[in-house]
Amino acid sequence: MATPTMDKVEAEAVSSPYITVTFRIRRFNPEISDAAVWEDFQIEIDPKERVLDGLHKIKWDVDGSLTFRRSCAHGICGSDAMRINGKNRLACKTLIKDINPDKPITIEAIKGLTVLKDLVVDMEPFFQAYRDVMPFLVTKGNEPTRERLQSAEDRERFDDTTKCILCAACTSSCPVFWNDGQYFGPAAIVNAHRFIFDSRDEAGEQRLEILNDKDGVWRCRTTFNCTDACPRGIEVTKAIQEVKRALITRRF
Amino acid sequence: MSAETPSAIGAVEGAAYGPDNPAPYIEPPRKRTGRTPRSTRGNFEMAAWLFMRLSGVVLVVLVIGHLLIQLVLDGGVSKIGFAFVAGRWANPFWQVWDLLMLWLAMLHGANGLRTVINDYAERPNTRLWLKGLLYTATVFTILLGTLVIFTFDPNIR
Repeated sequence: MATPTMDKVEAEAVSSPYITVTFRIRRFNPEISDAAVWEDFQIEIDPKERVLDGLHKIKWDVDGSLTFRRSCAHGICGSDAMRINGKNRLACKTLIKDINPDKPITIEAIKGLTVLKDLVVDMEPFFQAYRDVMPFLVTKGNEPTRERLQSAEDRERFDDTTKCILCAACTSSCPVFWNDGQYFGPAAIVNAHRFIFDSRDEAGEQRLEILNDKDGVWRCRTTFNCTDACPRGIEVTKAIQEVKRALITRRF
Repeated sequence: MSAETPSAIGAVEGAAYGPDNPAPYIEPPRKRTGRTPRSTRGNFEMAAWLFMRLSGVVLVVLVIGHLLIQLVLDGGVSKIGFAFVAGRWANPFWQVWDLLMLWLAMLHGANGLRTVINDYAERPNTRLWLKGLLYTATVFTILLGTLVIFTFDPNIR
């Protein structure tokens, strides 16, 4: 009875899926120092797990002071956008095995926003830009007694930009935004696009006017960083160019 | 007056940060706030963006043509002299060509540099001075070039 049980335990130990991965995390704690430092953590983790699981392991078992945001942990809430191996991603949608666990995995806060502590940034400028493009339905006249109907084709027109979860991965990957926070940034333009091309909305002209400003779409340099960074696969740069095209075709 | 004032210096230099004395945050450049000015009406940015595209296309033709004539065709660069320039500017076609190239290239380049300043200069004063310098240099070069093209005298001594 005892022997087979031991065998099973040993066999499991041999075929353990766990590997040792180094997490190199950029720590910043204003209550200790004004300088950010890279700190290495070595943890045992299944490469099929996600970077967020690794962060949890560190926070729960190794260093409880590690600070990061996450809510749903399944790629919907958009809380845990961070710069992993130099690319903006959601920690909850990035598998360890996909980012070469042989080398240290670098994790830092998204760029272009004030780092408050470790991986937590001040999102207020980001949401201010979002609010400034009026991300809500604007209509005239009386409210209909039933829902506002729309054809499938009209819905398809802006389907891509409805997927945005406001994680700020695109905006904080934009080199123009890094240097000038006055630029609206890709996320705000995507959310303006979502209403500009909505057949039910009637403030498209107003939003276009906002994005025609000096900090609007004309500052986009089409570097495609935003499209690369978007964890939802939104073609962000394409959406920005569609807003540009709408501006030009409406004016001429 | 020895160097025995570590308390004051320490607070300023930030040797001892703590919960009651946190380090300052590093704010992003020119971050957007609720006080960011509302949008202005006007199509200047769009016009500038369109101008860059259109003038770029025209400049490709003008500049490559210019380089071919000056450097490749008919003896290459060795033929260029006062007489060569005087000969070309006797023809209104080349006058217009050079004038167009001067204006388009200067405005194209100035607009590009304006974009660079907008992107990279963070402090309002830096922006003001760099743009002032840029616009002065651009206007000066355009005016001087235009003056030369229109008042060129082949018999000058």
